Amino acid sequence: MSTAFSAAKFTSPPFPLRSHDKPLFDPLKIPNATSPFLGSTRKIRRSSSTKLNLHRRSGTVVAVSDVVKEKKSKSTSSLLITKEEGLELYEDMVLGRAFEDMCAQMYYRGKMFGFVHLYNGQEAVSTGFIKLLKQQDSVVSTYRDHVHALSKGVPARAVMSELFGKTTGCCRGQGGSMHMFSSEHNLLGGFAFIGEGIPVATGAAFTSKYKREVLKEADCDHVTLAFFGDGTCNNGQFFECLNMAALWKLPIVFVVENNLWAIGMSHLRATSDPQIYKKGPAFGMPGIHVDGMDVLKVREVAKEAIARARRGEGPTLVECETYRFRGHSLADPDELRDPAEKAHYAARDPITALKKYLIENSLASEAELKAIDKKIDEVVEDAVEFADESPLPSRSQLLENVFADPKGFGIGPDGRYRCEDPKFTEGTAHV
Amino acid sequence: MLGIVRQTMLGQSLQKIRPAASVLRSYSSAAKQMTVREALNSALDEELSADPKVFLMGEEVGEYQGAYKITKGLLEKYGPERVLDTPITEAGFTGIAVGAAYHGLKPVVEFMTINFSLQAIDHIINSAAKSNYMSAGQISVPIVFRGPNGAAAGVGAQHSQCYAAWYASCPGLKVLTPYNSEDARGLLKAAIRDPDPVVFLENELLYGQSFPVSDEVLDSSFCLPIGKAKIEREGKDVTVTAYSKMVGYALKAAEILEKDGIDAEVINLRSIRPLDRYTINASVRKTNRLITVEEAFPQHGIGAEICASVVEESFAYLDAPVERIAGADVPVPYAANLERMAVPQVEDIVRAAKRACFRSVPLAATA
Repeated sequence: MSTAFSAAKFTSPPFPLRSHDKPLFDPLKIPNATSPFLGSTRKIRRSSSTKLNLHRRSGTVVAVSDVVKEKKSKSTSSLLITKEEGLELYEDMVLGRAFEDMCAQMYYRGKMFGFVHLYNGQEAVSTGFIKLLKQQDSVVSTYRDHVHALSKGVPARAVMSELFGKTTGCCRGQGGSMHMFSSEHNLLGGFAFIGEGIPVATGAAFTSKYKREVLKEADCDHVTLAFFGDGTCNNGQFFECLNMAALWKLPIVFVVENNLWAIGMSHLRATSDPQIYKKGPAFGMPGIHVDGMDVLKVREVAKEAIARARRGEGPTLVECETYRFRGHSLADPDELRDPAEKAHYAARDPITALKKYLIENSLASEAELKAIDKKIDEVVEDAVEFADESPLPSRSQLLENVFADPKGFGIGPDGRYRCEDPKFTEGTAHV
Repeated sequence: MLGIVRQTMLGQSLQKIRPAASVLRSYSSAAKQMTVREALNSALDEELSADPKVFLMGEEVGEYQGAYKITKGLLEKYGPERVLDTPITEAGFTGIAVGAAYHGLKPVVEFMTINFSLQAIDHIINSAAKSNYMSAGQISVPIVFRGPNGAAAGVGAQHSQCYAAWYASCPGLKVLTPYNSEDARGLLKAAIRDPDPVVFLENELLYGQSFPVSDEVLDSSFCLPIGKAKIEREGKDVTVTAYSKMVGYALKAAEILEKDGIDAEVINLRSIRPLDRYTINASVRKTNRLITVEEAFPQHGIGAEICASVVEESFAYLDAPVERIAGADVPVPYAANLERMAVPQVEDIVRAAKRACFRSVPLAATA
């Protein structure tokens, strides 16, 4: 295979084809200086995606990208957030980090079991996007969903109990780490199969549009966010949904958490064109790349994407370059990733970055941030205590909730199951 | 022309007026006849008009009027927002429908054939069937997956498999298999109103068949209960259970057996999950002999489940071993004569009944 390729000349992709004796990822050696996988710069790569749009798309998509670019350049000069917002973002990210660290501890003590996938390092994406949503907006996630649940508002106690498998968990212990659902907070899971959540999210967005246009619930402008990883972007369902979301102009934002690794499979080894944001314009929607280790940048991009969806202009594909500090799951020995790569991203820890920003711009003092740290520690400790003391599900819970209506056909106006009405088999039951 | 006739009929039934007999096709002045296709169409029409949250989704359901014309006329009536033509993306649009159902809409997803549902089976099983359980009751999925199931005529192996056993083995799903027009109407309306995921398995060869329907069936609030089988023909010598097209074959076999003095009781299962074990067992306790008939592959099939159920609950009542009539254990062939051998025929049921009643010579394995 190598002989055939060495004869050819490469004009694209910007990354060297990986061979086994080269390091998997060396941020210093990549020749193309504008590679999106280099360190953070203030400038978001939307300019390159606009150029691509010009070559491929008609006017509409270009116009949107231009507008976004305009807005961005205006805001670089002033502060991006207020003090309250800054503290909210900081608290949410610290909660995510502290919670996941506690999960690791509890796992190794045997209190948690099965598959546990931790989100350390990616907090900027969750906080940056979800903190802009209303309660009625929906979030659909993957198995790496603890922090999405926390950001959306599910109490830490409920999530911890669910992980312990107790009956006080958000799904009464029946879902587990990978299946966090909350109808109150519109968290629609929690899916173990990658790519499974994307069509479900597209369906939630479809419902929002349907409610506005068919059911005439005025001003229903609920937005849905679908979170998924780089590995998912090679899955058929991803492309099917990009197509249908753009076709029907659904209010959804597809958020790719590109952490470069799908368990042990490097994104560069698995993907013909590793620049995921380019796949958006191919389907007629803007594709945006953003530094996912910087919560402020993510928030800026998220604001525009969510606003675009709310206005009814359709979906957006946002690729967040991010990294997970821990292995794929707590069972993953994480031997394939280069320590230099890990160190590179550890230096870009989103929480440290936000802390630095807040202090340098005099939005908060060290003491205030330390107070938040302490508060979160207490919240997490309390969650663990609560989960520990909660009871296990009772035996009768095993057979519950298989069906919304186990006897079939629903409940009649008199409160009894319709199938218990003796007139049923005669076909004269009235609804 | 046909469309206009049907629309008038549907229009009238929507206004809850008993349709005039002259508008319907009637072959005798007493009974009204309705094809299964009309039954399904009218059921969908009525449910779409009764509840604005119901919508249809599938390939060719709109402008093409339905791949098998089941959804004929519905696009014109309800518009493209409620009757959606989708691209060829089973996994994608099934997942979209499930996501919509999470939020309380009531999608009816049509698969051109249930064979194509394999492309979407992840969503049927993992995000629809299991969601109510995984979310501990927070998220229910009031969705219907429907389409023609089983062998048609010469469509080849990939279009001919029966998936009743596959879906019926999964907790969280309800699986229905209508036979005649009354079943089609009643069960589809029940499925759409049911708050749980329902897999509705029709049969392409039954679409064009006409059956008599009573006035109650034509009423717009007519529904059949999920989980109850129907005894199509009472008998006392042998119980024959069947579903979908095989019910017709079993009834024909019963007529032939009657001439030989064997009085067969034919049960139309209607609901594969939940299976009406009570009716089956009560019948076996009466007749003491059981034959299960299905079109699907024999291993791990519906007949196997019914046999196990009867052995568990009515063992002492059995006078003969349970006979399973199923399709041949091969992918369905194309050649017409081979296909006939691969699918159960009326003679197979007659022979099995006679074997069960010890009235024939034992012979080598049938289909």
